[in-house]
Amino acid sequence: MLKMIHLSKVYRTEVVETYALRDFSIHVKEGEFVAVTGPSGSGKTTFLTIAGLLEEFTGGQYQLDGADVHGLNDNQRSRLRNQKIGFIFQSFNLIPDLNVFDNVDVPLRYRRLPGAERRKRINESLERVGLSARAKHYPAELSGGQQQRVAIARALAGSPRLLLADEPTGNLDSQMARGVMQLLEELHRDGATIVMVTHDPELAARAQREVRIVDGQVIDLAAQTRLVGEPQPRPGV
Amino acid sequence: MMGYYIRLAIRGLRRNVALTALMIVAVGVGIGASMTMLTTLRAMSADPIPDKDSKLFVPQIDTWGPDSRHGEQDDRLQDQLSYGDAMALMRAHRGARQTAMYAVSMDVSPEGAAAGTATSAKPFQASGRAAYNDFFSMFEVPFRSGGPWGAVDDEHGANVVVLSGRLADRVFPGTDAVGKTISLDGRDYRVVGVLKPWSPLPHYYDLTQSAFTAMEDFYLPFAMAIDRHLESYGNNNCRAAPSPGWEGRLNSDCVWLQFWVELPGAAAARDYRAFLANYAAQQRLSGRFHWTDRVELHDVREWMVQNKVVSDEVKVNTMIGAGVLAVCLINAIGLMLAKLASRAADLGIRRALGGSRRDIFLQCMSETAVVGLLGGVLGLVLTAVGLAANRALLAPVAKHISLDSLTRLDTGMVGITLAVAIFSTLCAGLYPTWRATSVQPAWQLKAG
Repeated sequence: MLKMIHLSKVYRTEVVETYALRDFSIHVKEGEFVAVTGPSGSGKTTFLTIAGLLEEFTGGQYQLDGADVHGLNDNQRSRLRNQKIGFIFQSFNLIPDLNVFDNVDVPLRYRRLPGAERRKRINESLERVGLSARAKHYPAELSGGQQQRVAIARALAGSPRLLLADEPTGNLDSQMARGVMQLLEELHRDGATIVMVTHDPELAARAQREVRIVDGQVIDLAAQTRLVGEPQPRPGV
Repeated sequence: MMGYYIRLAIRGLRRNVALTALMIVAVGVGIGASMTMLTTLRAMSADPIPDKDSKLFVPQIDTWGPDSRHGEQDDRLQDQLSYGDAMALMRAHRGARQTAMYAVSMDVSPEGAAAGTATSAKPFQASGRAAYNDFFSMFEVPFRSGGPWGAVDDEHGANVVVLSGRLADRVFPGTDAVGKTISLDGRDYRVVGVLKPWSPLPHYYDLTQSAFTAMEDFYLPFAMAIDRHLESYGNNNCRAAPSPGWEGRLNSDCVWLQFWVELPGAAAARDYRAFLANYAAQQRLSGRFHWTDRVELHDVREWMVQNKVVSDEVKVNTMIGAGVLAVCLINAIGLMLAKLASRAADLGIRRALGGSRRDIFLQCMSETAVVGLLGGVLGLVLTAVGLAANRALLAPVAKHISLDSLTRLDTGMVGITLAVAIFSTLCAGLYPTWRATSVQPAWQLKAG
């Protein structure tokens, strides 16, 4: 589903080059729920924005759903992002002018779906996250947990192949965070591929697999485990 | 998708009402200032007869010689013809149609009208024009009832008259004036035609007084006007004092008649020019001219340019208006930059959710177009106020000028104003929009 091979991301100024990602390789299979962890500034969010085609990478290879994304123009990247990726952000990133229904509608509009199809998808998504009754509410009228569920509904409405979640519970209290996490687990059980960036070890432990990033590189947790007598891993991270 | 963008635009504008209002005011003030000037310029530079502007010509003959030209006149020939020259051209009849003409003024006595139809006992002065019957077809004069007098009436100087609809309605309210008699300067004239509203702007066929003078109220046969010794109410220029009396005027080199000829094509114009040159040569050979022959032939557009129908002052004012619009748009650009900067996060989210740069561009430009439209509407109101102020300021010093025509905000001008407002605002919005579409969504989302 998502495959990065020796990928690098360099931010250049006139005087300095900063590697956000260096020799970064990762392979997320279809239907996996992967937690990406690491300290602040390790490159987790950069990985996520590159994975979500929001940012270009400097070197290496990136294949999304089997297609090489290198060299795609803005329109192609936008279309791919719209059709294959659903985003869930830490700060929800709902559009305050739009009500819940219209927020969920945004990615469907860019897909140029007909009105009836859009309405069906929006209603199904809101039902899935339990917010059908709040369709006409504006984000400011919702709790943080509800806002995050709207964001999840928005991500689900487009039936994406990959869900990218950036600290999805970071701005929520523990009860709301539990609810959102349960929802992600349900989605995973239903077959969704999820990559979740988090610095919370408890959340990471609930994912199927954990990938740790330090200084822009993937740390092979399995290799670390091997040092204490675990069997050899299969190829891939 | 455009409907979606427009709905988003209206929502976006409501988000920050103060900033939106400032943008609309900036565009509105600029549009108001520039359109007030442009309305006047457009009226002055309008083509008064677009389908015949290259078929109607004014002949000019150097009747006074180079010594007569000095100062501002510079190298220009006289704009009018003497009676002798005008009659020679009429007799030659070298154009498809032709007319000599001059402005007259007469007293209208309503009591001279048919008994029982007069509405007012007091006579009043009305301006008119003495011309040949070709005048009406040459200048496409529209008739409400009746028609022009005939060629026979021209030859015999018949007591016939064509009235403007306004004068006909004033003297013969509620009835058709055709066939009735009207008293002009104490003589009765039979009304043969009544015109529909007709006011070509500029008043191109007689630019000797003002290109924007009020239209005539009646038209008389030229020969009859000459027979009756009707004085010219227009410009009369003489190089030397004419012999006394009416005959002295007719036989002099004083120029006081406008002359127009209709020539159907370039070949006819070429032939007419040759005819004019030949006429001038004959005059020189006969001893009347003691200088090298010089003749000119100008079509409507050339004639208006030569007569500076659009004054330099109006051109400068229009440029100042355009300058005000530019300054206002620069302010609007700043406001748009501020507005879009505050929306960067939203636009970043849209990009993340699959909106392409083109989508964001169209969304922002739709919002800009709505600002332009609203600014245009405000600009229209300010233009109307500006034109009303112009009318009020000019009224005391321009009594003979048709100010209404010069300061009228017609349907065309309303369309132009809205189009200019939207187009100029879209141009102003290009840079802020480009900035907005260039925002990297990743940075916005990371910042969020």
